[in-house]
Amino acid sequence: MSTVLSALLAVNWISWVIGLPLTYTIAAFLSGARAGRMLALPALVLSLLAAVGLSARVLAQGPQRHMVGGWGAPLGIELYADGLACLMLLMTAAIGLFTGWYARHYFARQDTGATYFWPLTGFLLGAMNALYLSADVFNLYVTLELLGLAAVGLVALTGGAAALAAALRYLLAALAGSLMYLLGVALLYGAHGTLALAELGARLVPGPLAWTVIALMTLGLALKTALFPLHFWLPPAHGGAATPVSALLSALVIKASFYLLLRLWFEVFAPAVTIPAAQLLGVLGAGAILWGSWLALCQQKVKMIVAYSTVAQIGYLFLLFPLAAYAPGVESAWYGGVYQAVSHAFAKAAMFLAVGSMVLAAGREDIDQLDGISARLPLSLFSFALAGISLMGLPPSGGFIAKWLLLKAALAGGQWWWVVVMILGGLLTAAYLFRVLRHAFLPARRGKRFRALPPALELSAFGLALGSLALGLWASGPLALLRVGAPFAGASP
Amino acid sequence: MSIGLIYAVTGALLFSLGLYGLIVHAHLIRKILAFNIMGSGTFLVLVGLAQRGGEVDPVPQALVLTGIVVAVSATAFALILARRLYAANGRCTLPGEGEA
Amino acid sequence: MTRVLVGMLVVALGALLIWTMLGLPAPSGRVPALVAAHLNESGVAHDVTAVLLNFRGYDTLLEIGVLLLAVLGVLAVRLAAADTGGTLPPPPGALLRAFTNLVVPLMVLVAGYLLWAGAHRPGGAFQAGAVLAAAGVLLRLSGRLPALLPPRFWLRAGLLLGFAVFLAVALGVTVAGDSLLEYPPAQAGAWITLIEATLTVSIGLILVSLFVGAPAPPGEAGSRGGDA
Repeated sequence: MSTVLSALLAVNWISWVIGLPLTYTIAAFLSGARAGRMLALPALVLSLLAAVGLSARVLAQGPQRHMVGGWGAPLGIELYADGLACLMLLMTAAIGLFTGWYARHYFARQDTGATYFWPLTGFLLGAMNALYLSADVFNLYVTLELLGLAAVGLVALTGGAAALAAALRYLLAALAGSLMYLLGVALLYGAHGTLALAELGARLVPGPLAWTVIALMTLGLALKTALFPLHFWLPPAHGGAATPVSALLSALVIKASFYLLLRLWFEVFAPAVTIPAAQLLGVLGAGAILWGSWLALCQQKVKMIVAYSTVAQIGYLFLLFPLAAYAPGVESAWYGGVYQAVSHAFAKAAMFLAVGSMVLAAGREDIDQLDGISARLPLSLFSFALAGISLMGLPPSGGFIAKWLLLKAALAGGQWWWVVVMILGGLLTAAYLFRVLRHAFLPARRGKRFRALPPALELSAFGLALGSLALGLWASGPLALLRVGAPFAGASP
Repeated sequence: MSIGLIYAVTGALLFSLGLYGLIVHAHLIRKILAFNIMGSGTFLVLVGLAQRGGEVDPVPQALVLTGIVVAVSATAFALILARRLYAANGRCTLPGEGEA
Repeated sequence: MTRVLVGMLVVALGALLIWTMLGLPAPSGRVPALVAAHLNESGVAHDVTAVLLNFRGYDTLLEIGVLLLAVLGVLAVRLAAADTGGTLPPPPGALLRAFTNLVVPLMVLVAGYLLWAGAHRPGGAFQAGAVLAAAGVLLRLSGRLPALLPPRFWLRAGLLLGFAVFLAVALGVTVAGDSLLEYPPAQAGAWITLIEATLTVSIGLILVSLFVGAPAPPGEAGSRGGDA
């Protein structure tokens, strides 16, 4: 048994985590829509197994460094898998699996050209996996572009003038963000002569170059993560796309640029970041929480409520930076921020899928057309409520663990004002979520007809909602994984 | 001031100019052109700054080759989206922005 | 007013960038030395090609993915819009026809040369693919290219060929126990040649498909041939 285990651990999982989605893309594009749909679930399951294999290896042997082509940095590109990267990979694979299951049945009923959903999703997942594992700043740029183009392609999938406009706005914002990031890369290579993250972290010194690079790259990545006030592109893109696409975008794509910003701040920019800069990110995050929640309260279309909710929840992620600026709170803030990213991913994906089912059944996207859903689609509504519990930060969800860690960091560092922001955010989240629940619990008006839905649509959303619950009930596992290779000497959060 | 540094400074100017155009212009083709100018500026900084000492460095040259291909792909996709939007809407601007 | 504000911010950014760049010490030259030291192991004789296809070949793999992704996006949007017209070329005049007859074979030859030359001087798959694509555009403009989109099996295979072969090589070597994209020593040159050749074909097809993928101008849809 142990020989089987060691053989399994010895497999080059790090390459296959990236290679499997890309191989699936080739197969899906070559064989056409039907084969793409059939192959999707096996491919997604294999991707999840690869992510599990890599995580097992990281837990057993510590962070893994892989030199692509056999050439070490700075000549070649290195891949690096630590606990953070593995947790992101697992999140991507799990949410991809459930969303793929949903999409398989969703697109069977729609006649919008879903032919290209499958290869585009393959590229999306492959790009994200490549991004989480890369340890080379220029390679990260290429993965960012790959991810951005795949996401835009998915947004434009439904056709129609609104989708095209949303896609184009997203594309231009994404390209602007990538170019700012690339200019930062150009400055870093010009000044330090290397593109490897670890080497750059060792060579960076505080000074005008470091600050310019930090400003450029943070601005670019903040634009890609839709941090207030650069969030203009997100609501039309996430709210207007097909439901599985919205889930993938809000849950996963946003986290990729946030992950990159986190990596850069803690491993490359660490010598040169200033507290005012971190506080600025926190202030913008607070703005996102308050403004995004307020706008979510004012929306009429359910999917737009969920999209603005994403804008608000992204604000919580950016609270990590000021909370980690003071030594007592660093670990708690880092673990809390990452856990928030993962919990939000599961909760938001569940929410989008549930809302998508509700909208599909009711036939209209307006919130006041949701009456009778509680009787008709109780499982979807329950999934929505479970996801809402995580977003509000109530126990026993992953969101609660995350917020608890962030609050701990705020109090440890003496920054009580962030506590106020987080509590206000929780209240506002509850407000807009209860608005949806209120309409859904109303009895159906006379003569209302609902569309019959395949059970898979409800079950997949429920699975993701259970995932967000599991993150709260069993937090020790993910936190133990995160501890491997965490960027500071220290034990548990 | 060496040749490489002159390229790098020009690149910085082009980047700034392109960023201005991308934000300010409403016409989509102008935005896409501005993006290309930004890209060219970035590539100039990449090759100029790394080779400011005068010796040849193949890595930024390879990086710029990659960057050009990525920029071409993105530009092609953006242009086709813009043309489709024009075919659907009759206007070559994003909804919510006036002609400029 | 917004313009003035944005203008001031952009000027400040430019000034900051220039000031930063002028204040840098001289470069260390570490990486060029490493490239020169390992050039003879890379399988090609030109340093940029070696970086592109061996030392940093993983970037190139992802970059060809980006190209392929652009085509996928264009095809997806095209399908969603239920397009029945393509970029309709004007009826070719005699001059265009004669020019195409003369130049396209030459372009194919130049592409082949560029591909071969990449091993020891500037050139390679992307340059050759771009020239092939230009030949394709000329053929399209002179009305000689058959209907390309929606892509049938062989065109899809051609579009995918470069990426698929590159990915297969990259993953295939891991089965033998090596790192991702680690060419077996002494065979690196052969593998690079294979990859570059398939990349050339794919890049040419991808770029032509991107050109053909634009929608017809309003008012002319479906009136003359074009892609269905």
